[in-house]
Amino acid sequence: MLHEGHEVSCLDEDPESHARLEVGLEKSWEDLGGQFTVGAGLEIEALVAAGIEQADIFISSTDGDNTNIIIAQIAQRRYEVPNVIARVLDPLRAEWYQRQGLNTVCPTRVAIDMLEETVHQASGRAAGRA
Amino acid sequence: MYIIVVGAGKVGWNLARELLEKEHEVTLIEADRRRYLTVEQELEHNISYGDASELWVLERAGIQRADMVIAVTGDDEDNMLICQVAKEKYLVEQIIARVNNPRNREHFDLLGVKPSVSATDLILRLLEHEVPEYGLVHLLDLQEEQLEIIEMLLGKDCGVTGRRVGDLEMPEGSLLISVLRNGKGFVPGPDTVLEVGDEVLAVLDPGHEEQLKVLFGPAEGSQGNGAGG
Repeated sequence: MLHEGHEVSCLDEDPESHARLEVGLEKSWEDLGGQFTVGAGLEIEALVAAGIEQADIFISSTDGDNTNIIIAQIAQRRYEVPNVIARVLDPLRAEWYQRQGLNTVCPTRVAIDMLEETVHQASGRAAGRA
Repeated sequence: MYIIVVGAGKVGWNLARELLEKEHEVTLIEADRRRYLTVEQELEHNISYGDASELWVLERAGIQRADMVIAVTGDDEDNMLICQVAKEKYLVEQIIARVNNPRNREHFDLLGVKPSVSATDLILRLLEHEVPEYGLVHLLDLQEEQLEIIEMLLGKDCGVTGRRVGDLEMPEGSLLISVLRNGKGFVPGPDTVLEVGDEVLAVLDPGHEEQLKVLFGPAEGSQGNGAGG
Protein backbone atom coordinates (compact mmCIF):
# COMPACT_ATOMS: atom_id res chain seq x y z
CA MET A 1 0.00 0.00 0.00
CA LEU A 2 2.88 2.30 0.85
CA HIS A 3 4.43 1.51 -2.53
CA GLU A 4 1.16 2.41 -4.22
CA GLY A 5 1.45 5.88 -2.76
CA HIS A 6 -1.00 5.58 0.15
CA GLU A 7 -0.28 6.91 3.60
CA VAL A 8 -0.19 3.88 5.91
CA SER A 9 -0.25 3.83 9.70
CA CYS A 10 0.18 0.57 11.62
CA LEU A 11 -0.88 -0.03 15.21
CA ASP A 12 0.47 -3.10 17.01
CA GLU A 13 1.00 -4.20 20.60
CA ASP A 14 4.40 -5.65 19.80
CA PRO A 15 7.25 -3.22 19.01
CA GLU A 16 8.97 -6.12 17.19
CA SER A 17 6.32 -5.93 14.48
CA HIS A 18 7.98 -2.76 13.30
CA ALA A 19 11.09 -4.73 12.35
CA ARG A 20 8.92 -7.22 10.48
CA LEU A 21 7.41 -4.38 8.44
CA GLU A 22 10.87 -3.42 7.22
CA VAL A 23 11.92 -6.86 5.99
CA GLY A 24 12.71 -6.52 2.31
CA LEU A 25 12.36 -2.74 2.28
CA GLU A 26 15.21 -0.68 0.84
CA LYS A 27 14.66 2.15 3.36
CA SER A 28 13.15 2.39 6.83
CA TRP A 29 9.36 2.27 7.22
CA GLU A 30 9.26 5.91 8.34
CA ASP A 31 11.56 7.09 5.51
CA LEU A 32 9.08 5.60 3.08
CA GLY A 33 6.29 7.63 4.71
CA GLY A 34 4.87 4.96 7.01
CA GLN A 35 3.76 5.49 10.58
CA PHE A 36 4.00 2.98 13.43
CA THR A 37 2.33 3.16 16.84
CA VAL A 38 2.76 0.71 19.70
CA GLY A 39 -0.49 0.07 21.55
CA ALA A 40 -3.66 -1.99 21.81
CA GLY A 41 -6.49 -1.50 19.37
CA LEU A 42 -9.06 -1.10 22.12
CA GLU A 43 -7.21 1.86 23.61
CA ILE A 44 -8.69 5.10 22.39
CA GLU A 45 -5.40 6.97 22.93
CA ALA A 46 -3.56 4.47 20.73
CA LEU A 47 -6.17 4.65 17.97
CA VAL A 48 -6.05 8.44 18.00
CA ALA A 49 -2.24 8.49 18.04
CA ALA A 50 -2.29 6.19 15.02
CA GLY A 51 -4.49 8.75 13.26
CA ILE A 52 -7.94 7.12 13.23
CA GLU A 53 -9.60 10.56 13.13
CA GLN A 54 -8.08 11.30 9.74
CA ALA A 55 -8.34 7.80 8.25
CA ASP A 56 -10.18 7.11 4.99
CA ILE A 57 -9.86 3.37 5.44
CA PHE A 58 -9.57 1.34 8.64
CA ILE A 59 -8.55 -2.32 8.61
CA SER A 60 -8.58 -4.45 11.76
CA SER A 61 -6.60 -7.63 11.20
CA THR A 62 -5.28 -8.78 14.56
CA ASP A 63 -5.20 -12.51 15.29
CA GLY A 64 -8.47 -12.29 17.23
CA ASP A 65 -11.83 -12.35 15.44
CA ASN A 66 -13.73 -10.75 18.29
CA THR A 67 -11.13 -8.04 18.75
CA ASN A 68 -11.31 -7.22 15.04
CA ILE A 69 -15.10 -7.08 15.03
CA ILE A 70 -15.26 -4.83 18.10
CA ILE A 71 -12.51 -2.43 16.98
CA ALA A 72 -13.99 -2.18 13.49
CA GLN A 73 -17.33 -1.17 14.99
CA ILE A 74 -15.61 1.48 17.12
CA ALA A 75 -13.99 2.86 13.95
CA GLN A 76 -17.35 2.78 12.19
CA ARG A 77 -19.61 4.20 14.90
CA ARG A 78 -17.40 6.45 16.97
CA TYR A 79 -14.94 7.76 14.39
CA GLU A 80 -17.17 7.36 11.33
CA VAL A 81 -14.30 6.14 9.17
CA PRO A 82 -15.82 5.87 5.65
CA ASN A 83 -14.41 2.41 4.87
CA VAL A 84 -13.94 -0.20 7.57
CA ILE A 85 -12.81 -3.77 7.03
CA ALA A 86 -12.50 -6.54 9.64
CA ARG A 87 -10.63 -9.79 9.17
CA VAL A 88 -12.74 -12.61 10.62
CA LEU A 89 -11.53 -16.21 10.41
CA ASP A 90 -14.82 -17.80 11.49
CA PRO A 91 -17.11 -17.94 8.41
CA LEU A 92 -20.34 -17.85 10.46
CA ARG A 93 -19.40 -14.74 12.39
CA ALA A 94 -18.02 -13.09 9.23
CA GLU A 95 -21.24 -13.74 7.36
CA TRP A 96 -23.54 -12.45 10.09
CA TYR A 97 -21.61 -9.25 10.72
CA GLN A 98 -21.37 -8.67 6.96
CA ARG A 99 -25.17 -8.75 6.87
CA GLN A 100 -25.25 -6.23 9.73
CA GLY A 101 -23.33 -3.77 7.55
CA LEU A 102 -19.78 -4.45 8.67
CA ASN A 103 -17.40 -5.22 5.83
CA THR A 104 -15.68 -8.50 6.72
CA VAL A 105 -13.00 -10.46 4.91
CA CYS A 106 -12.90 -14.16 5.77
CA PRO A 107 -9.63 -15.89 4.82
CA THR A 108 -11.13 -19.26 5.78
CA ARG A 109 -13.98 -18.76 3.29
CA VAL A 110 -11.48 -17.77 0.59
CA ALA A 111 -9.38 -20.87 1.27
CA ILE A 112 -12.45 -23.14 1.22
CA ASP A 113 -13.57 -21.65 -2.10
CA MET A 114 -10.10 -22.11 -3.62
CA LEU A 115 -9.88 -25.69 -2.39
CA GLU A 116 -13.33 -26.49 -3.71
CA GLU A 117 -12.44 -25.00 -7.06
CA THR A 118 -9.26 -27.08 -7.20
CA VAL A 119 -11.18 -30.24 -6.29
CA HIS A 120 -13.77 -29.54 -9.00
CA GLN A 121 -11.08 -29.06 -11.59
CA ALA A 122 -9.27 -32.21 -10.51
CA SER A 123 -12.47 -34.30 -10.51
CA GLY A 124 -13.38 -32.82 -13.90
CA ARG A 125 -10.06 -34.00 -15.29
CA ALA A 126 -10.51 -37.41 -13.68
CA ALA A 127 -13.97 -37.72 -15.23
CA GLY A 128 -12.51 -36.64 -18.60
CA ARG A 129 -9.99 -39.45 -18.48
CA ALA A 130 -12.58 -42.05 -17.57
CA MET B 1 -36.14 -18.63 33.41
CA TYR B 2 -33.53 -20.09 31.03
CA ILE B 3 -30.17 -18.40 31.55
CA ILE B 4 -26.92 -18.92 29.63
CA VAL B 5 -23.77 -17.95 31.51
CA VAL B 6 -20.55 -17.68 29.48
CA GLY B 7 -17.24 -18.22 31.26
CA ALA B 8 -16.78 -20.69 34.11
CA GLY B 9 -14.23 -18.71 36.07
CA LYS B 10 -14.82 -17.87 39.72
CA VAL B 11 -17.57 -15.42 38.82
CA GLY B 12 -19.33 -17.61 36.28
CA TRP B 13 -19.18 -20.80 38.31
CA ASN B 14 -20.53 -19.23 41.49
CA LEU B 15 -23.15 -17.31 39.57
CA ALA B 16 -24.34 -20.49 37.83
CA ARG B 17 -24.46 -22.31 41.16
CA GLU B 18 -26.60 -19.58 42.75
CA LEU B 19 -28.93 -19.35 39.78
CA LEU B 20 -29.41 -23.12 39.93
CA GLU B 21 -30.20 -22.89 43.65
CA LYS B 22 -32.85 -20.31 42.78
CA GLU B 23 -34.31 -22.99 40.48
CA HIS B 24 -33.48 -21.35 37.18
CA GLU B 25 -32.51 -23.47 34.21
CA VAL B 26 -28.84 -22.71 33.54
CA THR B 27 -26.24 -23.60 30.93
CA LEU B 28 -22.69 -22.50 31.67
CA ILE B 29 -20.34 -22.41 28.66
CA GLU B 30 -16.57 -22.79 29.10
CA ALA B 31 -13.93 -22.77 26.34
CA ASP B 32 -11.04 -24.21 28.32
CA ARG B 33 -11.16 -28.00 28.34
CA ARG B 34 -9.48 -28.50 31.73
CA ARG B 35 -11.60 -25.89 33.43
CA TYR B 36 -14.68 -27.41 31.85
CA LEU B 37 -13.80 -30.88 33.19
CA THR B 38 -13.26 -29.49 36.70
CA VAL B 39 -16.56 -27.65 36.85
CA GLU B 40 -18.40 -30.48 35.11
CA GLN B 41 -17.77 -32.73 38.11
CA GLU B 42 -20.11 -30.51 40.09
CA LEU B 43 -22.50 -29.01 37.55
CA GLU B 44 -22.73 -32.09 35.30
CA HIS B 45 -25.11 -31.46 32.40
CA ASN B 46 -25.46 -27.78 33.29
CA ILE B 47 -22.10 -26.98 31.74
CA SER B 48 -21.24 -27.16 28.07
CA TYR B 49 -17.79 -27.12 26.46
CA GLY B 50 -16.98 -24.70 23.66
CA ASP B 51 -16.10 -21.18 22.54
CA ALA B 52 -19.30 -19.18 22.98
CA SER B 53 -18.24 -16.59 20.45
CA GLU B 54 -18.85 -19.31 17.83
CA LEU B 55 -22.49 -19.08 16.85
CA TRP B 56 -23.06 -22.82 16.64
CA VAL B 57 -21.87 -23.25 20.23
CA LEU B 58 -24.48 -20.73 21.36
CA GLU B 59 -27.11 -22.46 19.25
CA ARG B 60 -26.19 -25.84 20.69
CA ALA B 61 -26.72 -24.36 24.15
CA GLY B 62 -30.21 -23.33 23.04
CA ILE B 63 -29.74 -19.60 22.79
CA GLN B 64 -32.91 -19.32 20.69
CA ARG B 65 -35.00 -20.00 23.76
CA ALA B 66 -32.82 -18.26 26.34
CA ASP B 67 -34.37 -15.49 28.43
CA MET B 68 -31.05 -14.12 29.56
CA VAL B 69 -27.38 -14.27 28.52
CA ILE B 70 -24.66 -13.28 30.98
CA ALA B 71 -21.10 -12.97 29.62
CA VAL B 72 -18.49 -13.02 32.38
CA THR B 73 -15.31 -14.19 30.64
CA GLY B 74 -12.01 -12.46 31.38
CA ASP B 75 -11.95 -10.96 27.89
CA ASP B 76 -13.89 -7.76 27.23
CA GLU B 77 -14.06 -8.20 23.45
CA ASP B 78 -15.52 -11.68 23.90
CA ASN B 79 -18.10 -10.40 26.40
CA MET B 80 -19.11 -7.56 24.08
CA LEU B 81 -19.38 -9.79 21.02
CA ILE B 82 -21.33 -12.55 22.77
CA CYS B 83 -23.84 -10.08 24.20
CA GLN B 84 -24.17 -8.18 20.93
CA VAL B 85 -24.86 -11.40 19.03
CA ALA B 86 -27.26 -12.62 21.73
CA LYS B 87 -29.24 -9.41 21.61
CA GLU B 88 -29.21 -8.59 17.90
CA LYS B 89 -29.10 -12.00 16.23
CA TYR B 90 -30.95 -14.21 18.70
CA LEU B 91 -33.14 -11.44 20.18
CA VAL B 92 -32.43 -12.48 23.77
CA GLU B 93 -34.47 -10.18 26.02
CA GLN B 94 -31.93 -9.56 28.74
CA ILE B 95 -28.15 -9.43 28.53
CA ILE B 96 -25.55 -8.64 31.17
CA ALA B 97 -21.87 -8.18 30.39
CA ARG B 98 -18.88 -8.10 32.67
CA VAL B 99 -16.38 -5.30 32.10
CA ASN B 100 -12.86 -6.39 33.06
CA ASN B 101 -11.09 -3.15 32.23
CA PRO B 102 -13.22 -0.15 33.31
CA ARG B 103 -11.70 1.88 30.49
CA ASN B 104 -13.54 -0.37 28.05
CA ARG B 105 -16.94 0.56 29.44
CA GLU B 106 -17.49 3.23 26.79
CA HIS B 107 -17.08 0.54 24.12
CA PHE B 108 -19.80 -1.58 25.72
CA ASP B 109 -22.10 1.46 25.70
CA LEU B 110 -21.20 2.29 22.10
CA LEU B 111 -22.21 -1.20 20.97
CA GLY B 112 -25.41 -1.12 22.99
CA VAL B 113 -24.23 -3.83 25.38
CA LYS B 114 -26.06 -2.78 28.55
CA PRO B 115 -26.09 -3.21 31.39
CA SER B 116 -22.43 -3.89 31.97
CA VAL B 117 -20.94 -4.64 35.35
CA SER B 118 -17.41 -3.76 36.35
CA ALA B 119 -16.00 -5.18 39.57
CA THR B 120 -13.29 -2.54 39.58
CA ASP B 121 -15.90 0.22 39.43
CA LEU B 122 -17.90 -1.38 42.23
CA ILE B 123 -14.84 -1.62 44.45
CA LEU B 124 -13.92 1.99 43.66
CA ARG B 125 -17.39 3.13 44.67
CA LEU B 126 -17.21 1.14 47.89
CA LEU B 127 -13.86 2.77 48.57
CA GLU B 128 -15.34 6.20 47.94
CA HIS B 129 -18.16 5.36 50.31
CA GLU B 130 -15.81 4.14 53.03
CA VAL B 131 -13.52 7.12 52.63
CA PRO B 132 -15.93 10.08 52.51
CA GLU B 133 -13.30 12.82 52.15
CA TYR B 134 -12.66 11.24 48.77
CA GLY B 135 -15.52 13.37 47.47
CA LEU B 136 -18.82 12.34 46.06
CA VAL B 137 -20.32 8.88 46.08
CA HIS B 138 -22.30 7.41 43.25
CA LEU B 139 -25.35 5.83 44.80
CA LEU B 140 -27.26 4.99 41.69
CA ASP B 141 -26.73 5.14 37.96
CA LEU B 142 -29.90 5.07 35.92
CA GLN B 143 -28.25 4.86 32.50
CA GLU B 144 -31.41 4.33 30.53
CA GLU B 145 -33.24 7.06 32.40
CA GLN B 146 -30.23 9.38 32.09
CA LEU B 147 -30.13 10.17 35.79
CA GLU B 148 -27.65 9.75 38.60
CA ILE B 149 -28.01 10.07 42.34
CA ILE B 150 -24.94 11.03 44.32
CA GLU B 151 -24.09 11.63 47.95
CA MET B 152 -21.73 14.29 49.27
CA LEU B 153 -20.40 14.82 52.77
CA LEU B 154 -19.93 18.49 53.66
CA GLY B 155 -16.50 18.87 55.23
CA LYS B 156 -15.04 21.64 57.42
CA ASP B 157 -13.57 23.55 54.47
CA CYS B 158 -16.70 23.13 52.37
CA GLY B 159 -17.77 26.25 50.48
CA VAL B 160 -21.53 25.89 50.96
CA THR B 161 -21.87 25.38 54.71
CA GLY B 162 -23.65 28.23 56.45
CA ARG B 163 -25.44 29.12 53.22
CA ARG B 164 -29.13 28.83 52.35
CA VAL B 165 -30.02 26.15 49.82
CA GLY B 166 -32.00 28.77 47.88
CA ASP B 167 -28.81 30.82 47.39
CA LEU B 168 -26.68 28.00 45.95
CA GLU B 169 -25.73 28.22 42.29
CA MET B 170 -26.82 24.66 41.54
CA PRO B 171 -25.83 23.63 38.01
CA GLU B 172 -28.78 23.29 35.66
CA GLY B 173 -29.98 19.70 35.56
CA SER B 174 -29.27 19.03 39.23
CA LEU B 175 -31.36 19.13 42.37
CA LEU B 176 -30.74 18.61 46.09
CA ILE B 177 -33.22 15.99 47.20
CA SER B 178 -32.34 15.32 50.81
CA VAL B 179 -30.10 16.18 53.72
CA LEU B 180 -28.96 13.70 56.36
CA ARG B 181 -28.11 15.45 59.63
CA ASN B 182 -27.37 13.70 62.93
CA GLY B 183 -28.78 10.48 61.56
CA LYS B 184 -32.06 12.02 60.41
CA GLY B 185 -33.04 12.79 56.85
CA PHE B 186 -35.22 15.61 55.56
CA VAL B 187 -36.06 17.30 52.30
CA PRO B 188 -34.35 20.70 52.17
CA GLY B 189 -36.29 23.86 51.35
CA PRO B 190 -34.83 27.14 50.05
CA ASP B 191 -34.38 28.34 53.66
CA THR B 192 -32.49 25.26 54.84
CA VAL B 193 -28.99 26.28 55.95
CA LEU B 194 -26.36 23.63 55.28
CA GLU B 195 -24.06 22.59 58.13
CA VAL B 196 -20.67 20.91 58.42
CA GLY B 197 -21.21 17.16 58.64
CA ASP B 198 -24.39 17.16 56.54
CA GLU B 199 -24.67 14.39 53.99
CA VAL B 200 -26.58 15.67 51.01
CA LEU B 201 -28.13 13.67 48.20
CA ALA B 202 -28.49 15.17 44.75
CA VAL B 203 -30.13 13.88 41.61
CA LEU B 204 -28.57 15.04 38.37
CA ASP B 205 -28.22 14.59 34.65
CA PRO B 206 -25.04 12.61 33.92
CA GLY B 207 -21.96 14.74 33.39
CA HIS B 208 -22.64 17.33 36.07
CA GLU B 209 -20.66 15.61 38.85
CA GLU B 210 -17.62 17.82 38.35
CA GLN B 211 -19.60 21.06 38.72
CA LEU B 212 -21.24 19.76 41.87
CA LYS B 213 -17.91 18.58 43.20
CA VAL B 214 -16.54 22.11 42.76
CA LEU B 215 -19.61 23.77 44.29
CA PHE B 216 -19.65 21.48 47.33
CA GLY B 217 -15.87 21.14 47.56
CA PRO B 218 -13.35 23.22 49.51
CA ALA B 219 -14.22 26.92 49.69
CA GLU B 220 -11.45 28.37 47.51
CA GLY B 221 -12.55 26.36 44.48
CA SER B 222 -16.22 27.08 44.97
CA GLN B 223 -16.44 30.62 43.66
CA GLY B 224 -18.80 29.62 40.91
CA ASN B 225 -16.61 29.55 37.80
CA GLY B 226 -18.44 26.41 36.73
CA ALA B 227 -15.11 24.59 36.45
CA GLY B 228 -14.47 21.00 35.48
CA GLY B 229 -16.77 20.52 32.52
